[in-house]
Amino acid sequence: MSLRPLTAPWFHGPAGHEKIWLGCAILWCFVMSLMMPYWHFRGKQNSTGEAYTVKPADFFARTEKFVTANRVGTFKNPITNPMMQELPLVEPPAGGDAYLIGRMWQWYPALRLRLGETYRLHLSSLDLQHGFSLQPLNMNFQVLPGYDHVLTITPTSKGEFTIVCNEFCGAGHHAMTGKIFVE
Amino acid sequence: MSTSSHSLAAPGTPGRVCGTTGLGVCLDAQRFIKLNAVVGIVFLLLGGIAALLLALTRWQTVHLLPVDWFYRLLTFHGINMLILWILFFEVAILYFACTTPLNARLFSRKVAYTSFGMMLTGAVMVDYIIIAGQADVMMTSYLPLLAHPLFYLGIILVAVGTLIGVFNFFATLYVAKRDRSYTGSVPIVTFGATAAAIIAVVTLLHGAVVMIPTFTYSMGWTPQPDPAWYRLIWWGLGHQSQQVNVCAMVSVWYLLTHIVVGSRPINEAVCRTAFVLYVLFINLASAHHLLVDPGVGATWKIWNTSYAMYLAVLASMVHGFTVPAGVEIAMREKGYTNGIFGWVTALPWKNPAFSGTALSVVIFGFLGGITGVTLGTQQINIIAHNTLRIPGHFHVTVVGGTTLAFMALAYYVIPLIFQRDFIFRRVARIQPWLFGLGIVLLSFGMSFAGSMGVSRRSWDIDTQGVYGAAAHLWLGVLGIGGVLAFIGLLIFALLCVGTLLFGEKIEGRAMADWGTPPALAGSQPGSLAHDHYATKGTIVLVLTFLACFAVYYFANWKALTDVWPVR
Repeated sequence: MSLRPLTAPWFHGPAGHEKIWLGCAILWCFVMSLMMPYWHFRGKQNSTGEAYTVKPADFFARTEKFVTANRVGTFKNPITNPMMQELPLVEPPAGGDAYLIGRMWQWYPALRLRLGETYRLHLSSLDLQHGFSLQPLNMNFQVLPGYDHVLTITPTSKGEFTIVCNEFCGAGHHAMTGKIFVE
Repeated sequence: MSTSSHSLAAPGTPGRVCGTTGLGVCLDAQRFIKLNAVVGIVFLLLGGIAALLLALTRWQTVHLLPVDWFYRLLTFHGINMLILWILFFEVAILYFACTTPLNARLFSRKVAYTSFGMMLTGAVMVDYIIIAGQADVMMTSYLPLLAHPLFYLGIILVAVGTLIGVFNFFATLYVAKRDRSYTGSVPIVTFGATAAAIIAVVTLLHGAVVMIPTFTYSMGWTPQPDPAWYRLIWWGLGHQSQQVNVCAMVSVWYLLTHIVVGSRPINEAVCRTAFVLYVLFINLASAHHLLVDPGVGATWKIWNTSYAMYLAVLASMVHGFTVPAGVEIAMREKGYTNGIFGWVTALPWKNPAFSGTALSVVIFGFLGGITGVTLGTQQINIIAHNTLRIPGHFHVTVVGGTTLAFMALAYYVIPLIFQRDFIFRRVARIQPWLFGLGIVLLSFGMSFAGSMGVSRRSWDIDTQGVYGAAAHLWLGVLGIGGVLAFIGLLIFALLCVGTLLFGEKIEGRAMADWGTPPALAGSQPGSLAHDHYATKGTIVLVLTFLACFAVYYFANWKALTDVWPVR
């Protein structure tokens, strides 16, 4: 009875079909549990959450220094977008650090990366929370003010990539974009 | 109403005996079940109207709302659906589960009024301040985004009011046990509701821990809490509250399959252990929202997202077996023994409470469960976080699962508690199908658009210049699904309100039957109680489910290998 108190003894172990299903379900839970540590050691895509606390003003200063030292040109946005008409185009040294600011409402600066090289990409926000969403690859990471979120990333495909913001950050959120070029 | 010969234990309690089930109904509990259910349905309708406008905006070709109203109504929709509708209806379920099944009376009318009053005041405050344009912060209100203090205060009031209602539930259980209003063990429905209530307490405490400092910050009294800390604790509220829904929903599954088909849990010990697993391990789930966050490491992410080796997922897989298995046993005992699935075709598919329950089980399990566990896998979250895949997942758990189950319950609550027979019964019979279809289409639209990188909570997808025709097509599917689901929701709300006003009164007689499978010649009640291999249909169904799960799960790992290496 599902609606009346149980008066007869009701405790008995699983049997028959129920036992079979429980076995399958537990086995599947094990498989799923082991997949994540397996991928952490053998897979290439992981989110380790490497991060350092940083004051927004300090992160801005580091980014400006990075832009001044490595600027290679200017990206002019062919799409009409008052939030992002142009950005400095910056090429970090292969194997080096790159800085990317999320702020209302653009990703600053535009980056040029080399195929197959590995970079330490520092992400932080100067104001609200933002979402780093690299399209059309569809890779997504959270960006918080006060945290320098470091992604060790290796571009393996060439072309033009757009960074979309996928964490709500006010009225201009949908127009918050940035650029990564891989050559 | 036959108020004289009630069987409630406490002397002097006004009670009545249900003309349909013969069970005692506490009139105090009945009053607050009515109040909470009606207010819940009003918030459901408000959230539904917002949902329609949102769906018609994300359907990029229609793009109805201006940008500020899109984000405003998105906040409004989240709060009204996920918090207000669900919490009010859950309090109604708790009041039912602690009284009628235990033949007990509600602990306190005053406490129930206090709870209801606080919840309603808080709810009106939150809704007012959102519509006034002072709280465009989404349901999550991630710091440093800041809303008007009334927004946080309203949420705190709703949370505390709910806690007081939960206290009334526990006090009722205690008094019923002390006064021996029942003997033996509480039935599974009450057990499941108790699990939901325990999780609710933990959830609402997280809410207090995160909302009180945010409120004092919004008043300028204290410094800003850390955004990462906020996310961690907020999701202790945000995710766990959804597990309250899961517990309540599973209890409703057991309740309705029992009422309609006469099914019983095939193994009480296993079913109850599964509820205990929810209580023990659901707490870890706040990590699901921090899988690509800075500052929390891989070990922490992996352990917590797996709910400690997926023990809470195991619990859902247990219920996913025992609920249909109970139905199959009941049907076979009634004489529907034809083949593996003969019992399925004989089920009362025109009974809206049954079709609603069955759709809830299938949509929650096949769509919601499989997507949820996969998206909540630590590394796979990289290709899913904050895309439309996430709402694509939770609309088939919370809406296609919980809301549909609660709607199904209303088809019995209104005749049995409000004592009026439904008007337009033929329309009611198609309502769960229409609503279920709409939600499934909505979810498919969201999930596929999300797989193409379309982000959630975004007013427009053309400014970025990266989304093509296929993404636009899936957003159209989202829009059509949203419209269908809204029609289903509107029909439901109108049927309920219309029935409360114009439905034929039930005075001491049985409610009009929605349709239950009759026992055939040769029916033998209880004959399969010890046949552990009688659930042939169910075992085929769950193994099919597991195969779908595995395919979807590994397909996502494969998709993950297509993106750039990252650590």
